[in-house]
Amino acid sequence: MALDSKIPKGPIKDKWTDYKNHINLVNPANKRHIDVIVVGTGLAGGSASATLAELGYNVKSFAYQDSPRRAHSIAAQGGINAAKNYQGDGDSTFRLFYDTVKGGDYRSREANVYRLAEVSANIIDQCVAQGVPFARDYGGLLDNRSFGGVLVSRTFYAKGQTGQQLLLGAYSAMNRQIARGKIEMFNRHEMLDVVIVDGKARGIIARNLVTGEIERHSAHAVVIASGGYGNVYFLSTNAMGSNVTAGWKVHKKGAFFANPCYTQIHPTCIPRSGDYQSKLTLMSESLRNDGRIWVPKSLEDVKAIREGSKKPTDLTQDERDYFLERRYPAFGNLVPRDVASRAAKERCDAGYGVNATGEAVYLDFASSFERYGKEQAKIHNLENPSTAKIKELGQEIVKAKYGNLFQMYEKIIDQNPYETPMMIYPAVHYTMGGVWVDYNLMTTIPGCYAIGEANFSEHGANRLGASALMQGLADGYFVLPYTIGDYLADDIRTGKISTNSPEFEAAEKEVSERIEFFINNKGTHSVDYYHKKLGKIMWDKCGMSRNEEGLKNAIEEISALRNDFWKNVNVPGTATEYNEQLAKAGRVADFLELGELFAKDALQREESAGGHFREEHQTEDGEAKRRKEFQYVSAWEYKGEPKDAVLHKEELAYENIEVKERSYK
Amino acid sequence: MNLTLKIWRQVDANDKGKMVDYKVTEISESMSFLEMMDVLNEQLVNAGDQPVAFDHDCREGICGMCSMYINGEAHGPDRGVTTCQLHMRMFKDGDTITIEPWRAAAFPVIKDLVVNRSAFDRIQHAGGYISVNTSGNTQDANSIPISKHAADQAMDAATCIGCGACVATCKNSSAMLFVGAKVSQYALLPQGQIEAADRVQNMVAQMDLEGFGNCTNTGACEVECPKGISLDNIARMNRELMKANI
Repeated sequence: MALDSKIPKGPIKDKWTDYKNHINLVNPANKRHIDVIVVGTGLAGGSASATLAELGYNVKSFAYQDSPRRAHSIAAQGGINAAKNYQGDGDSTFRLFYDTVKGGDYRSREANVYRLAEVSANIIDQCVAQGVPFARDYGGLLDNRSFGGVLVSRTFYAKGQTGQQLLLGAYSAMNRQIARGKIEMFNRHEMLDVVIVDGKARGIIARNLVTGEIERHSAHAVVIASGGYGNVYFLSTNAMGSNVTAGWKVHKKGAFFANPCYTQIHPTCIPRSGDYQSKLTLMSESLRNDGRIWVPKSLEDVKAIREGSKKPTDLTQDERDYFLERRYPAFGNLVPRDVASRAAKERCDAGYGVNATGEAVYLDFASSFERYGKEQAKIHNLENPSTAKIKELGQEIVKAKYGNLFQMYEKIIDQNPYETPMMIYPAVHYTMGGVWVDYNLMTTIPGCYAIGEANFSEHGANRLGASALMQGLADGYFVLPYTIGDYLADDIRTGKISTNSPEFEAAEKEVSERIEFFINNKGTHSVDYYHKKLGKIMWDKCGMSRNEEGLKNAIEEISALRNDFWKNVNVPGTATEYNEQLAKAGRVADFLELGELFAKDALQREESAGGHFREEHQTEDGEAKRRKEFQYVSAWEYKGEPKDAVLHKEELAYENIEVKERSYK
Repeated sequence: MNLTLKIWRQVDANDKGKMVDYKVTEISESMSFLEMMDVLNEQLVNAGDQPVAFDHDCREGICGMCSMYINGEAHGPDRGVTTCQLHMRMFKDGDTITIEPWRAAAFPVIKDLVVNRSAFDRIQHAGGYISVNTSGNTQDANSIPISKHAADQAMDAATCIGCGACVATCKNSSAMLFVGAKVSQYALLPQGQIEAADRVQNMVAQMDLEGFGNCTNTGACEVECPKGISLDNIARMNRELMKANI
């Protein structure tokens, strides 16, 4: 099967407008007879559900949590990008497009990224109209901050809780439609399979997580908005329940899975403290606006700090290595995430890590306290302020910007980051890979769509900060509602889809059998035992840097671990009650398949691009080295075992941007 | 450290439920409270017993899923944190820790420490939104300046995570802090004015219908709120309601 990305013809700036002018529409009376299922209620799923319901479709939304408001988009901190150019610093649709393609290391689709940049400004208008309380300046206008990999300030924010506020905005839009009966909400439900009838996605099999009941739900189209698969690493900044199951099930039914090896390892996370660790906590990238990253220059100082005989604040400026500022003078501490993470790993691997595990670098705000403090002293007409007064004034400004992050850090680490620098280390955060979609956001299964982090998306091999929220809301509010209409226009005479067909029967049977297996298998190891083992293989061999030997080992080890899982996993309880272990067993089973495809994809991609760093392919000074012959999307077709997956290539053409070496120096 | 845990076990909504004692050993003070619960559950699973069911998801204090009543306090002894952000350094070796679910008529127990909080969702359905369709044609985001003070206050109210600690800790199981926060967020913004009267009336009516109690101004909710939502929001809601009713 040849991949058709269905990119409209014409100049890039006219593609989306022309597309919208020529697609089929569904008249309002007919929309009432069309059902759409949306799996997931994060920014993408929530905004899509609300908008489709506003348009008049009957929407059924599914969330595994107890309320749509709890989807993990809520944890996004720093902000959302939009090409508003409110700061007059030269921003434009083209620049946002350019930054995103470059930031993604030239591995994303031009037309999709341009469309994203084009609708970005509408998102801010929409959210403000919904009552999202973005930060404002004293004149009452919206404030912006700057994020990694760009030279303008285009990031809108709501304290360090931007994801929360945007999600609550989408949730409020959903609530309005739930109240009208246009969205039927299924909380504490998990999608366990997609149902294909006559080659089209026509429904899902879902499990009620409270009663254990297996349910059939039909629709004219199915939208997967279930987020990313970072939890394949066990430890990540994802929520505990975040999983790949919905995306993996559609993959197994015919949807190609693209670029699984593109993973974002976020530089500013709280370092791990022990084996009991259940998840990692992110500190917003926005901290890099005001924090400077460093390790000691000498190994003696490292040793003294680890032993506790020296404190980081004892070191003079000359004794510190601000390694990002040293290596990347143009972007400094605001280089993109992949670059910052690798640089921290490089220093820690060389022995300069500053905590007991040797896996931490400092993020220091002392310079900002001083800079802001002096500014405040001027504003308040203080003559000859003391150093302590300057620091105090500066800290107030920093507190207003990042207070909740500083508090979070202190609660976890038990150190006061106003007095001593924070310790940070990279952690798995976001997955650029996902279900392959065309320009319409449709997968290779007709009628099955994937939006937000669940699809392989607009971020190429590396996502820039504050772009995930932008993509989630762009897909849900402004893109999918058009593209899905073009498809559904053919369904106005179809009528209600029956759930009594043999296809629903077969899908339900498959799901039930798997659940029965888990309950009846009296194994010896818990689900977490397997999840942790998988996570360790992934982190050690498919983490921040990868090589051929490691990846080959990973494939063998994951395959063996999966065989062991299906023999020896132990799931307590029954299938007809609230049983978190049972739900988790199904998710880990899917991670055990995805993990192997991930390693296979990483092995096949013999280049370094964005978050995918192959040790064999680097420049002399250790930067990622792209290879022209890999300028394509790897879309994998399911053929049974992950090792049998078949590669399809979507060649990427760059007609509006010159492909250059991605330099932040 | 070694601890004794007294945990509420309840098979389902119909079960009477009871406290059961458990021992956990070698708990590190750097663990989060839920990581300590993970240790217990792994222990129970390996012994062939049923693990303790509890709600949790983001484990960074923002999703509002976790909900434990620890030693008689919603989210435990620390301030300004959810259960998932509570760390074991707040406890001592040899401590006995009592762990119960949120207790309120409007939050029926599903299993063990998991409760049903859909009453909160239904209050939001009644009016927790601004009626604006997605179009891409709303006015420019900067066309209505909003004073920084009002925007910050709206943000402080909007920071509510909907965990239900306010209800759990209130002797009347009142949801006034939760509802007041949502009403306030919109009442403080120009976009929220058009529907202000209907919103507060409908949300308060739904709140009463769900069986939440009244507010008697003891302020326990504000103390236990992991996000520090202020009692001022209850006063503002009452003012909004009075304005709407006149």
